[in-house]
Amino acid sequence: MRFESYLRSMKDIPELQRIASQVRRDILRQVHAVNSGHPGGSLGCTDFLTALYFRIMQHRPNHFTMDGKGEDLFFLSNGHISPLWYSILARAGYFPVAELNTFRKLNSRLQGHPATEEGLPGIRVASGSLGQGLSVALGAAQSKKLNNDPQLIYTLHGDGELQEGQIWEAAMYAAAKKVDNIIATIDFNGQQIDGPTENVLSLGNLEAKWQAFGWEVLRMQGNDMTSIVTTLENAKTYTGKGKPVVILMKTEMGAGVDFMMGTHKWHGVAPNDEQLKQALSQLEETIGDY
Amino acid sequence: MEKFTFTEQQDTRSGFGAGLLELGHSNPQVVALCADLTGSLKMDAFEKAFPERFFQVGIAEANMIGLAAGFTIGGKIPFTGTFANFSTGRVYDQIRQSVAYSGKNVKICASHAGLTLGEDGATHQILEDIGMMKMLPHMTVINTCDFNQTKAATIAIAAHEGPVYLRFGRPKVPIFTPADQVFQIGKANMIKTGQQVSIFATGHLVWKAMKAAEILHEKGIDAEIINIHTIKPLDEAAVIASVRKTGCAVSAEEHQRHGGLGDSIAQVLARHFPAPQEYVAVDDQFGESGTPEELMVKYGLETADIVMAAEKVIARKH
Repeated sequence: MRFESYLRSMKDIPELQRIASQVRRDILRQVHAVNSGHPGGSLGCTDFLTALYFRIMQHRPNHFTMDGKGEDLFFLSNGHISPLWYSILARAGYFPVAELNTFRKLNSRLQGHPATEEGLPGIRVASGSLGQGLSVALGAAQSKKLNNDPQLIYTLHGDGELQEGQIWEAAMYAAAKKVDNIIATIDFNGQQIDGPTENVLSLGNLEAKWQAFGWEVLRMQGNDMTSIVTTLENAKTYTGKGKPVVILMKTEMGAGVDFMMGTHKWHGVAPNDEQLKQALSQLEETIGDY
Repeated sequence: MEKFTFTEQQDTRSGFGAGLLELGHSNPQVVALCADLTGSLKMDAFEKAFPERFFQVGIAEANMIGLAAGFTIGGKIPFTGTFANFSTGRVYDQIRQSVAYSGKNVKICASHAGLTLGEDGATHQILEDIGMMKMLPHMTVINTCDFNQTKAATIAIAAHEGPVYLRFGRPKVPIFTPADQVFQIGKANMIKTGQQVSIFATGHLVWKAMKAAEILHEKGIDAEIINIHTIKPLDEAAVIASVRKTGCAVSAEEHQRHGGLGDSIAQVLARHFPAPQEYVAVDDQFGESGTPEELMVKYGLETADIVMAAEKVIARKH
């Protein structure tokens, strides 16, 4: 089957950057409108998810199926960065962009944390309670193998989320069972709700940990579109070789908005009217606000 | 009345193993996951026959539940197997978010439920699992009574779209339901009609309720015995119709009084046909080590306890 949307969306770097700018505006406007949500991590991971959906993944935004047979699948494990994912999904064509107006409101498909209950296209499992996404993604990856489906599974996890034990159960399993059709990415921003990860509960040497668990470990600059595209393309070449692949993605929480960067304070706080105005002035409206 | 008889004694978990093996042959989408208890869950036959569809996950139940949710994406029908304690309480949030809330077609199959696990003691004797599972939206909760019914239920839940909790146990118990039964989810089994008291039993307590009916008959009491194998969705019509006739109810289960079958029955009666009810259940206590037989006596889950409860509730009728 041809991937029309994929072919149509082989975006070059400047174009990806233009999309990312619009997505950042979407994030800020969503959380501002309901005075709740998580802008910090959403802004930090914007470039990654933009590259993934508009350049790397082979997927069918206009023909969403839960089974996702014959296409690449993405699982968001750190579900609190939902305003980012919703913007990406809408801009990619999974649902109308205008629906971003309903984020976190009553009777919306755009729940505070991603869910399948209301039938929002693009989402295959609920996330929010942390640490569960890697296990689900591995099940989907093994399901693909049973179906002789050569497409890949992508995931995103917070670094603070790695404090959850289930992540390491899943990490051990993936290597032991040679689940080599998965590329997991860690948002390595060094921040969590209570402060720097180093102070809350140090993750130690993450690269050594993943290597010891039997994963192929890559590093990536998560707010540099060229680094992202190059690394993700490179990561694909490591799949199918008997080892799962993880990318430690260095990002800046709040990336793209100067006063939101370099602090954990914008993890779960929405900007007020003045702050929104100031933030939007730093981000070009490239495609058009919803 | 004629005495109830049984063909032989067998553990319900073996019924699960037999059903799973049959499913392996009949449904290529069925996959099985086990957390280091393949022999205890009687999943070894499936593992041997279908090694490419069997996934040993090790002692990592949270990961197992997540994997199972993932397997449904792509059309697989995953059956997870471990003890009831590790199938529920240990992984409640994983089941809640990744399975129930996400509407995943996962079959959580749980052995060694209740006191009849025996000597391992209270760490392993979960008596709260029915309550935890029935509270979850979308979840179907089944507790089967013998080998044949467990096998039939195992096969039936594969054809049911949606998450299911299937609870069974360790000890050998009488086989009294037919080998060729068709298991209907949500449909109570009438075992004996009666006029004076409705006894709603589930799991291992069904046979004990039948024995209680024989004793009650000798005492001149005509008891109705209904096997509630599906606790959720509950066959409310069967409950109401029975109590409308008898005017009182006894619930009997190998579970805490709080949150089990009895509470589901009570809720139906309170809403539709208020009537006296007595519980045969564990009374807000943890279990302990002992033989299954000793424990069932000590914690009040024996035939004699059902007889007493029936007499008591009849006396409470207006």
